Amino acid sequence: MRLATPHMGSLYDLLADLFSRMGVDYHDTPRTTERTVNLGVKYSPEFACLPLKITVGNFVEALETGADTLLMIGGIGPCRFGYYAEIQKRVLKEAGYGFDFITLEPPKVGWINFISTIKQMAPGCSVYSIYRHIRDCFRKAQVLDMLEKKWLELAAYDETPGDTTKAYAAAQEIVKRVTRPEELADAQHDAFSIMDGVRRDHDRKPLRIGIIGEFYLLLEPFFKFDIEPWLIKRGVSVDRGVYLTDWIGPTTKNPVAGMSAGEIEIAADPYLKHTVGGDGLASIGHAVHYAKEGFDGIVHLLPFTCMPDTIAKALLVNVSEDYGIPVLSMIVDEQTGKAGVHTRLEAFLDLMANRRRSWTRT
Amino acid sequence: MRVGMPRGLMFYKYYPFWQAYLDSLDVELVVSERTNKKILDLGLEAAENEFCLPLKVFYGHALSLKDKADALLIPRLVSVHKKEFTCPKMLGLPDLIHALEGRVPPVISPKIDVRKNTRGYYRELMGLGKRFDGKNRRIVSAILAGRRAQIEYEKKLIAGMTPPEALEGDTRETTKQELTIGLVGHSYNIYDSYITLDLIKRLRRAGAKVLVPENISPETIDAESRDLPKRLFWTYEKEIVGSAFHWMKSEAVSGVIYVLAFACGPDSFIQSVIEDKSRSLGNVPVMSLVIDEHSTEGGMITRLEAFIDMLKRRDHAACNASHG
Repeated sequence: MRLATPHMGSLYDLLADLFSRMGVDYHDTPRTTERTVNLGVKYSPEFACLPLKITVGNFVEALETGADTLLMIGGIGPCRFGYYAEIQKRVLKEAGYGFDFITLEPPKVGWINFISTIKQMAPGCSVYSIYRHIRDCFRKAQVLDMLEKKWLELAAYDETPGDTTKAYAAAQEIVKRVTRPEELADAQHDAFSIMDGVRRDHDRKPLRIGIIGEFYLLLEPFFKFDIEPWLIKRGVSVDRGVYLTDWIGPTTKNPVAGMSAGEIEIAADPYLKHTVGGDGLASIGHAVHYAKEGFDGIVHLLPFTCMPDTIAKALLVNVSEDYGIPVLSMIVDEQTGKAGVHTRLEAFLDLMANRRRSWTRT
Repeated sequence: MRVGMPRGLMFYKYYPFWQAYLDSLDVELVVSERTNKKILDLGLEAAENEFCLPLKVFYGHALSLKDKADALLIPRLVSVHKKEFTCPKMLGLPDLIHALEGRVPPVISPKIDVRKNTRGYYRELMGLGKRFDGKNRRIVSAILAGRRAQIEYEKKLIAGMTPPEALEGDTRETTKQELTIGLVGHSYNIYDSYITLDLIKRLRRAGAKVLVPENISPETIDAESRDLPKRLFWTYEKEIVGSAFHWMKSEAVSGVIYVLAFACGPDSFIQSVIEDKSRSLGNVPVMSLVIDEHSTEGGMITRLEAFIDMLKRRDHAACNASHG
């Protein structure tokens, strides 16, 4: 059995780490490229949302390069994501591929089912050792997420631009090398001291941008169009609403992003009083949070035809008016190009800088 | 107090319940006009461009009630069936309309959520009745009256009427019926004659008997949709898939027309489910008809005529073959 999963940013690193500990043969699926997009678009239903098309493309490339078993997460709605596995299975069969398909339904559907599905992948492991492996890999990934958050926030304060980015790369290396759980605490300490060792000018007042939106776009570098490094190069301090371990984590506390599901609900309440599936409610909650924290602007990324985040987009207009914070909603589909996104961001940066100047003048 | 109800989205599903419920509480119910150009334009101007057409139409209906009602009744339909959801837009609908503050009357939005149990549902209906100064006993009898009206209405539908015939007194022209067509799609799409460009009437004029999902009993739909490897967690989509499967398997129709709205999330998935089934059974052709605000009469007529001609030819061929 050679197992493959779709790509979603650093999810691959987490799973590769986990499966190597569990003794599962995990396939190195090619990263998402232009070709992946084209394959996905070719086979998927025309009106499906972007993440479905791309994951289909990932699966096709995995099968082409020698994988024989595909793993996908299930769900219970109301977002379309919960039905992805079914559609992927159909589409790939229709395209003529032969494969085994494992759908991992979340524990909400049934714990026994969840555990037996995992055991099916790693027959040699006991339930307790699987639990331990998941916990260890997850904690490691969480440290990596915390490093990323720090990098996004602090890089704008560097005395020599680029120092934090270099330190971030070195810190990541230290944490990634960890294999035994007891080493993690030391590695974390070392990694953070490298990050903190950079000389920074904390009197500087850089522009601050909050990035919100649909999780797949926020986590998959190919569809984030590198906007984070791009913004950092222009001296912007960035914060993001979604991190990998928060999203796949077992609790709703979101320790990395620092805003629990309950806090999100309270913040979003004046605009949206109920979850709408996907990340609709979280987008509103984070936007209100950023507005209250005095951020200069909000960038909102959503896939074309994604109903939950389109609802958020409609309501963000009111958030923007009430708090006087500019919001840039960018709809992403398979036609969206990097240059277009960067041009719009460039204009957005100018707008925010002008607003600052006009405040200081009055 | 006059309560307004937009004639969009779930109107054709639950209007009789709300009408009888509010009537028992002596609340006047004002319903917006049937969709027309003015309403559509209002909706297109106010709604997000990326929304599906029925949601844009709903915006138009809500805005058209501005000076005609003191409040808008827009229930938050989270779930109308155990362990299932409606659609994300229904979950956020009251908030979306509320965001138009100043251009629409205040929104009243009881939450309908029976995913786990029905207790919350009755609590919400009692709470709603209190807002209209109802006494407990009176509200209970209003709920009962509502349910009676709803059951009465659903009986009429099972007997073969379409919702506009049962609710709005639409009449049927009697034409000779040469073939039967199953029409599936969301109730807010297929019964809105303005956005579907009079689809049902056109089909009948072309000599087709039209069956709709509301004519099929919920038990049959549940049983048919169990055919899927994974249960659909959207109730209304389950109805669409269930009825299409039912007609295809029983060969009760010569063809199926599936109306879907551009940019509709669930539709994009069940379209592939329905088309797959049609291909694997190979006996009943399916035509998917995508509607949006730019749909034109010419394009639609051409496709309809071609589809109906094809079905008639198939029927003739089958008939000749059986006569030997």
